Amino acid sequence: MTQPLLQIDGLTKAYPGVVANDDVSMAIRPGEVHALLGENGAGKSTLVKMIFGLVRPNAGRMEMNGAPYAPTSPEAARAAGVGMVFQHFSLFEALNVAENVALGMSDPPPIKDLAPRIRDVSQSYGLPLNPGNIVGDLSAGERQRVEIVRCLLGAPKLLIMDEPTSVLTPQEVDLLFATLRKLRDEGTSILYISHKLEEIRALCDTATILRGGTVVASCTPAEETAGRLAEVMVGRRLEAPQRPGTARDEIAVQIDGLSLPPAHEFGASLKDVSLTLNAGEVLGIGGVAGNGQDELLAALAGETLSAPGTIRMEGRDLSRLGPEARRRAGLLTAPEERLGHAAAPDLSLTENALLSAATRERLVSRGFIDWSRTRRFAEGVIDRFDVRTPGAGTAAGALSGGNLQKFVIGREIAQTPRVLVVNQPTWGVDAAAAATIRQALLDLAADGSGVIVISQDLDELMEVSDRFAALTEGRLSRFRPAAGLTVEQIGLMLGGAHDMEPAHAD
Amino acid sequence: MISLVRRPQPSRVWAWATPILAVLLTVIAGSLMFAALGKDPVAAIRTIFYDPLFDPQFAGYSRPQLLVKAGPLILIATGLALGFKAGVWNIGAEGQYIMGAIAGAAAGLALYPIEATFIFPLMVIAGALGGWIWAMIPAILKTRFNTNEILVSLLLVYVAENLLASVAVGALRNPEGGGFPGSRNLAQWASSANAELIADTGLHWGVVAAIIAVIFAYVLLHRHLTGVHIRLAGQAPRAARFAGVNPNRLVVFCFAISGALAGLAGIFEVTGPAGQISIDFNVGYGFTAIIVAFLGRLHPVGILLAGLLMALTYIGGELASFMLGIPAAAIQAFQGMLLFFLLAVDVLTHYSIRLGSKRLA
Repeated sequence: MTQPLLQIDGLTKAYPGVVANDDVSMAIRPGEVHALLGENGAGKSTLVKMIFGLVRPNAGRMEMNGAPYAPTSPEAARAAGVGMVFQHFSLFEALNVAENVALGMSDPPPIKDLAPRIRDVSQSYGLPLNPGNIVGDLSAGERQRVEIVRCLLGAPKLLIMDEPTSVLTPQEVDLLFATLRKLRDEGTSILYISHKLEEIRALCDTATILRGGTVVASCTPAEETAGRLAEVMVGRRLEAPQRPGTARDEIAVQIDGLSLPPAHEFGASLKDVSLTLNAGEVLGIGGVAGNGQDELLAALAGETLSAPGTIRMEGRDLSRLGPEARRRAGLLTAPEERLGHAAAPDLSLTENALLSAATRERLVSRGFIDWSRTRRFAEGVIDRFDVRTPGAGTAAGALSGGNLQKFVIGREIAQTPRVLVVNQPTWGVDAAAAATIRQALLDLAADGSGVIVISQDLDELMEVSDRFAALTEGRLSRFRPAAGLTVEQIGLMLGGAHDMEPAHAD
Repeated sequence: MISLVRRPQPSRVWAWATPILAVLLTVIAGSLMFAALGKDPVAAIRTIFYDPLFDPQFAGYSRPQLLVKAGPLILIATGLALGFKAGVWNIGAEGQYIMGAIAGAAAGLALYPIEATFIFPLMVIAGALGGWIWAMIPAILKTRFNTNEILVSLLLVYVAENLLASVAVGALRNPEGGGFPGSRNLAQWASSANAELIADTGLHWGVVAAIIAVIFAYVLLHRHLTGVHIRLAGQAPRAARFAGVNPNRLVVFCFAISGALAGLAGIFEVTGPAGQISIDFNVGYGFTAIIVAFLGRLHPVGILLAGLLMALTYIGGELASFMLGIPAAAIQAFQGMLLFFLLAVDVLTHYSIRLGSKRLA
């Protein structure tokens, strides 16, 4: 066996109250794509941060090509040949590609020398990119390419990629995988973090699975089933959500020719969006974030008002009504951004319960708050959705992302809405909690509510939706029955080829 | 190496301990300053904090002054705090205070010399309206044209000061005053006098109004949905929108309350302790109230205590400059230190201090 590129031995990192990594050992060989699998909180990020020099381990050691490796900063890690592409991009929208790349380098050459190098690297790895383009105008996939090219210019021996496909269309994923395979064939090792199991099976040579901060297994993903990987990751058998298919012939909400201008410079517009949601039905709306998803949710929530007649519910025009009036009518929403939009960080969970449930749950009478009733409602949500928190008095900002997500989605579901619209309902939530949330959405539909799920996660949409459409550049494609849609067809819908065929199922 | 580590949630203990710590630090730094000026620091601190309440010679005069000075501070600060919590920055309470006094005094003087019990309540209402209208200017400019309410409300203070000077020598001048600037003495006209309710306590209607305002604000903030909306708007504007808060309506609401309360403070002052509209009738209560609001943690009960403390430093400061010859500027610096240290130690509410090696996280 060849000497590993990076050997990790007994790495341990403890934070007050939690051991993030406990005696983690693994080896990354030269020229392999190595998957790092695990739920949220399993310790993937901490491990990667130690490799990239962002966090120092309490114990354990690392060796790079047989020599001791203990980076004290990302600069040191980069100097040792480690590059990292983060899940959240650190790009300046107002600057162009070359300027953004230069800002990420410790000793950047003049832009006029840099631009041709960017073009070279991007072409040789199949990452089409124009150095002169403004980043604000780029798609998420193109932005990711900027980050990748920035790393590749440093000719890394190890490239770390944190959930790289969460923002990509299927076609963009194929393109990325081709690039990664080319890099691998040239001898670059890739540490690939994801919880998309099918991707890992398709791409990765080896997988290390973390649970609760320790390594629970390592395997060859292609030899395992996705279900088996998930069980090892979660530590128990996962139930696939039950989808009863309960759509009724009764319109719950209707959007008719909804158009809205962008709210700010890099915001998206909505262009002539129309849809009909039936009671008991789950509509899935796919597409990469930034194509009007937030705007559609805001228009449905009543945070943005639209032209009269564009949004109707049971014959009533809601277009000019604010959020509270819509909630009274039974239209509830859960925005994507948990902290600062769906919840206020410094307010307790009890106080946050008031944000959307004040009227429907009768937590307030003539403006005065019934605190004990509000606390009971918040505690009910905490119990039902297994929100891990010391209590309802805890500030929302003190919860982990996944737990807060369970709370803000649960808060809406617990109010038994007539129509529920959710944006990225399981973003950053671990597999078990995601399954709980999806099942709750399906149960809601089974009881006769209409549900709209806006998500970038196509697997999720295929799992829960009755009908599916794509939102790209503010336009909504026709809805098609989700059952039987192929990845290619979805890819075409996401690519904006809306009029590919007249078949639809309205 | 000292590093600050963000607390998962704001510390309740430190939220209440920081004002006390700030007062202690102010006393220490103030003592150093007084010592540097060649004054006995112990005597200075004693004169500021102790003598006004307990000195046998001065307490008889200065103790009632405590409520007289604290009343308007608390009344104005309570209103301002509602806005500050919501992220609505009314810096112009001084102007609203002046306009309240002018409007209230004008309403009363128009009826002079009738003797009737309805005159004082009428003047109070007119005073509240005066402050309210003055506050509506920045509020409406902000909601209509998105102007900066800090600048507009602040600059309107100087407009109000000029109006005050103008009416003191013009429209409201005492016709029997021998040409001197200033209105008739409202404290000496039975129909308008805001007299002491209990002798030698300094308790007048303005103090009663301040206490009512504190209770009202407490209930609003802690028992009413509007209070949650106010905090939401200040901390997470998008979450406030999600909850259905209309940001413009909230701006108008906060300016209306703070303007009306400042106007009330003005009319109670002009009919009582001040007695008349004069060119320099305003003494900065509207600005000091901003300090009081923050010293009291924007909490109604905190403001009550902070108002009393601030009033004490005013009275004590006057006493110290009179008794020990400490310059007025030094007293003002001393009061400024209080706000400075409060803001500085405020960081402890949200962060804990960790000593030891630098750690990346």
